[in-house]
Amino acid sequence: MDTKKQKLIVVGNGMTGYKFCEKFVEKGLGEKYEIIVFGEEPWAAYDRVHLTDYYTGTSIYDLKLAPRTWYEENNITLLTSAKIVEINREQKEVTAQDGKAYAYDTLILSTGSSAFVPPIPGIDKEGVFVYRTIEDLEAIKAYIPKATKAAVIGGGLLGLEAAKAVMDDGLKTAVVEFAPRLMPRQLDDAGSQMLQAELEKLDLEILLSKSTRQIAGNGKVEAMEFADETTLEVDMVVVSAGIKPRDELAAKAGLEVGPRGGIVVDNKNQTSDPNIFAIGECALSNGMIWGLVAPCYDMAEVTASNLAGDDKTFDGADLSTKLKLIGIEVASFGDAFGQTDGAKPIVYQNLTNGLYKKIFVSEDKQRLLGGILVGDTSDYNMLFQTYKSALKLPAAPESMVMSGIEGGGMEISVLDLPDEAVICSCENVTKKRLVEAIDEHEITNVGQIKKCTKAGTGCGGCMPMLDDLFTAKLAASGKVVKKVICEHFDYTRQELFDLIKIGGIKTYPELLKKYGKGKGCELCKPVAASLLASIWNEFITKHSTIQDSNDKFLANIQKGGTYSVVPRIPGGEITPDKLIAIGAVAKKYDLYTKITGGQRIDLFGARVEELPLIWKELIDAGFESGHAYGKSLRTVKSCVGSTWCRYGQQDSVSFAIKVEERYKGLRSPHKLKGGVSGCIRECAEARGKDFGIIATEKGYNLYVCGNGGANPKHALLFATDIDEDTCIKYLDRFLMYYVRTAGPLVRTAKWLEQLDGGLDYLKQVVIEDSLGLGEELEADMQKIIDTFQCEWRSVVESPEQLKKFRPFVNAGATDDSIKFVPMRDQKRPANWDEIVTAEKVSEPA
Amino acid sequence: MQDIATDTTWVEAAPVSAFEADGGRAVLINGTQIAVYYFADENQWYATDNMCPHRGQQALSRGMTGTEGDEPKVACPFHKKTFSLKSGKCLSGDEYTIKTYPVKIENETVFIGV
Repeated sequence: MDTKKQKLIVVGNGMTGYKFCEKFVEKGLGEKYEIIVFGEEPWAAYDRVHLTDYYTGTSIYDLKLAPRTWYEENNITLLTSAKIVEINREQKEVTAQDGKAYAYDTLILSTGSSAFVPPIPGIDKEGVFVYRTIEDLEAIKAYIPKATKAAVIGGGLLGLEAAKAVMDDGLKTAVVEFAPRLMPRQLDDAGSQMLQAELEKLDLEILLSKSTRQIAGNGKVEAMEFADETTLEVDMVVVSAGIKPRDELAAKAGLEVGPRGGIVVDNKNQTSDPNIFAIGECALSNGMIWGLVAPCYDMAEVTASNLAGDDKTFDGADLSTKLKLIGIEVASFGDAFGQTDGAKPIVYQNLTNGLYKKIFVSEDKQRLLGGILVGDTSDYNMLFQTYKSALKLPAAPESMVMSGIEGGGMEISVLDLPDEAVICSCENVTKKRLVEAIDEHEITNVGQIKKCTKAGTGCGGCMPMLDDLFTAKLAASGKVVKKVICEHFDYTRQELFDLIKIGGIKTYPELLKKYGKGKGCELCKPVAASLLASIWNEFITKHSTIQDSNDKFLANIQKGGTYSVVPRIPGGEITPDKLIAIGAVAKKYDLYTKITGGQRIDLFGARVEELPLIWKELIDAGFESGHAYGKSLRTVKSCVGSTWCRYGQQDSVSFAIKVEERYKGLRSPHKLKGGVSGCIRECAEARGKDFGIIATEKGYNLYVCGNGGANPKHALLFATDIDEDTCIKYLDRFLMYYVRTAGPLVRTAKWLEQLDGGLDYLKQVVIEDSLGLGEELEADMQKIIDTFQCEWRSVVESPEQLKKFRPFVNAGATDDSIKFVPMRDQKRPANWDEIVTAEKVSEPA
Repeated sequence: MQDIATDTTWVEAAPVSAFEADGGRAVLINGTQIAVYYFADENQWYATDNMCPHRGQQALSRGMTGTEGDEPKVACPFHKKTFSLKSGKCLSGDEYTIKTYPVKIENETVFIGV
C-alpha cells in the first residue's frame, strides 16, 4: 500500500504550515499521501499571533498549536531544526541543510515571512533587534538589563505590540512611525490621534512622520537620527516595520517571484511549477501578500481541499481586524476609509473617555460599507456582520455608533444574519453551521459548540456572538434557557437550594443519587458544598472531596503550590500583641507578608504540612480563620470612626467588628465583602462592597450590591438613616435572600442586575417583606450564627483531620518541587521558567 | 488497564486506608510525584502524573474528581484544566496529555505500575 502513496513535502511549520497539516488530517489525505514536514525552528509550530504572551511568561508549551505526539498519531513526519536549502525541480527533490535529499510528488511551500528590516545605515549595530520569532524575543529580553531607553521602528499592529512588551519590562519606550499616523492601514487621522492620546497616557512616546536617517553609536546603538534633523537618544532599537516574504528558496529554484517579493501563485495557490504550491505569507496571491492569520488559513484549506479532489479557489479575503492594543480596543473593517462612491460617514467621538467610532454607509443609507472603532469594540461583531452580509440598516443608522448611549445601540439581532454569515473567521464557521450544530448535537452550553465546530478556538473574538447566537437560538425554539449547573444536575443553584433544604439532604453523594447523574465534577461539587454549608453550616471539611482546593485545605493555593494564610482581624482592628504574634509566626515559618486590601495580613508561602502548625500558633495567640479561602464573608472594612476622627459621626469600627463577627463563616454563592464608614467622607470605601454602611448624623445609610474587581460597581442606596438593629435586620434578610437565589459564582451586583424588578423589588422583599419570607430568612441566618465554629480550631484539635495535611501519603518527605527566589528582603515563588531548565524547553526532536 | 506489558514494575505505594474515597492523594515513587484517585462506588483506582502540564504545578492530586459522560476525570485546582483518568488526555480543549499508570490492590495495599 505505502509504496503506492504519493510523496507530499511541506516546507515550513509555522501557523499556515500547521493549518495545512490539520486540514490534511481532517480530509483524510493520509490515505493518498505520505507526508513530511520540515521546520527550521527547533520547535513544532507555535502561535505567533500571541507571541507577546510568551514575552510575559506564557510557556512555549502553551503557544504550541499541537504537541509532537499529534503529528506522530496522524502519521505526519515532522523534522524540526531542518531547513530546506534547495529545490531540485528536475529531480523533484528538496535538499535539507545536512545535505540529505527528499523526493516529492507534490511540494507545498509555506515558508512564511521574516521581519522587513529597512536599509538604514547603522541597522547592524549592537542593540538593534527584530520582533518576529521566539529567539528574537529571548535576545531582546537578554539585552534589556543593559538598556535604559528603547525605540520601536514601526507604528503598525506588531510594532505597538513590541512596544508594549518592551515597555512592560520597564524600559522607557518610543514608537517611531514613518507615516503621519499610527496603524496607517487600519486607522484614519482622527482614530490614530485618539489611539495616540490613550497610548501617551500610558507613558509611551509616539513620534510620527519620522524617517530614520541613521542609527548612530560607536559599535552599539546610542541614538536615532531623523531626516528632519532631530535625534532621539536610545540604547536599544526594535524593528517591526512590516514583513518580507521568505521567497529565496523558491527564487533560487527559478519559480516566479514578484518584483517586491512573494512567490507568485494563481487562485489555487499553484506556483509557476504545477507540482509546487505556495501558501501563507510567502505567497503573492491576488496581487498582494496576505499578512493576517485568517486568509493564510484559507489558503491552507484551499490547497488541502484541492489535493482531496475539490475545486476551490482563494480569491482574497477581508482584512477586517479587531484587537486589543495595550489595553485599548481597536477595530477596522470593510471600507474603513470611505473610498466607495457616495460613502457617507457617521462619526461619534468622545475625547473625555477616548471613544471614536466612525462608520461609512452607502449613499442611500441602506448598507454599511465599513468603519473604524477605537476605545470600545463591543459592537464590532454585529457591525462587521451587518457589513459583510449586506443587511438592510435600521432607519436611523446613527444608532449603530451610539451603543451605551441613551437611545442608541444595535437593533439587529444575531438571528437576523443570513445563513452564510461567517461568525468565526479564524475557523471559517458560518451561522448555518453553528445553528445546525446546536440542533443536531442537542447542545446545552457554548463550550460544546466550540468543541464540535471549532468556532471560537482561534482569536476568540467571536465568543460574545456565539453566546448571543446560542441564547437567541434556544429562546427562539421555545426552550427555556435555564442556567443548569452542569451535565450532572439538571437544576439551577436556586432549585438545588430548595431540594437540599426541603429534602433534608446532608451529603453530596445523597444529592447526586437523588437528583443527579454520573460522578459529579468540578462545577457541581463546590456548588453543592457551598449550599450544604449555607443551609446546615456543618464543618466543611466533612465534605472534603467536594471542596475546591482552597476549601479542602482551608487556605489559598498560590503559584508554586504553597498556600497563604489569613487570620481574621475584624474591622481591621488589632492589638500590638497580636501584630507581634503574626510577625513571630511569619518569621518562624519564613512567610512572605503583605497587608491586604481588606485590612488584614496575608502570610504567603506555607507548605501544606506547615498549615496546621502555623494555625496552632495563631489560634493560641487568639486568632480565628479569616475564611479568605472560602466563597464566604471576607472582611468588613472600617475607617477609624468617631472614637478618634474629628469628623466621625458614628463609631464605625465598633459597628464593623459587630457586623463582621455576625456574618463570619457564612458561605455564599461568591465572596462577600462589607464596609462601614464613620461619615460621608467614606474612607472605608464601603460603596465598593457587597454591603456598605455609611454613618449619618441620625444613624446609618445602607448601600447594597457593590464590588471592586474587574467590573467595579458602586453599591446602591437601600435604606436611609436607620439604627444599628434595623441595619442588621435588613442585612440578615438581604444576605440570606442572596445566598438562596443567586447563581453559582455570581456576586451581589450581577445578581441584582439579573433580578427581575431590580433594586425596587429587592427593597420590597427585604424592607416591606412582600414575600412573607422575612422571618424565615432571619431565622436561617440566626442558625448559621449560632452554629459558627472556627474551622481551623476544629482541624488542629482533630488528629484525623491533620492527616490530610501531608504532601505524600507514602513518605514523610516534603515537596521539593517547591522553589523560592529572594525579593526585597522576602521571598516569592519561582516562576515556571525559573524551574524548568533550558534543555527541557528546547525539547528533543 | 488490560494491556499492561509484562515488564511493568509494581511499586508499593501505601495502604488503601491512606487514600481518600472519591478524591486524590499524591505519592512519591522513585522521586516522581504520582497522583492516585479512588472512585469508591465502583471501587476503581486510577493514577496519573501529579503535575499539570499547563503551568507545571504539582497539583492534580489536590483537584476534584468526577466524570464527563462516562469518562472519569480530574480538574486541576489551579486553572480547572480537566484530564481523563483513563487516557490522560486533556478534556477541556487543550492539546495536553498526562501520563497514566496502572494500579492494583493486593492485601489492602495500593501498588502502582511504573
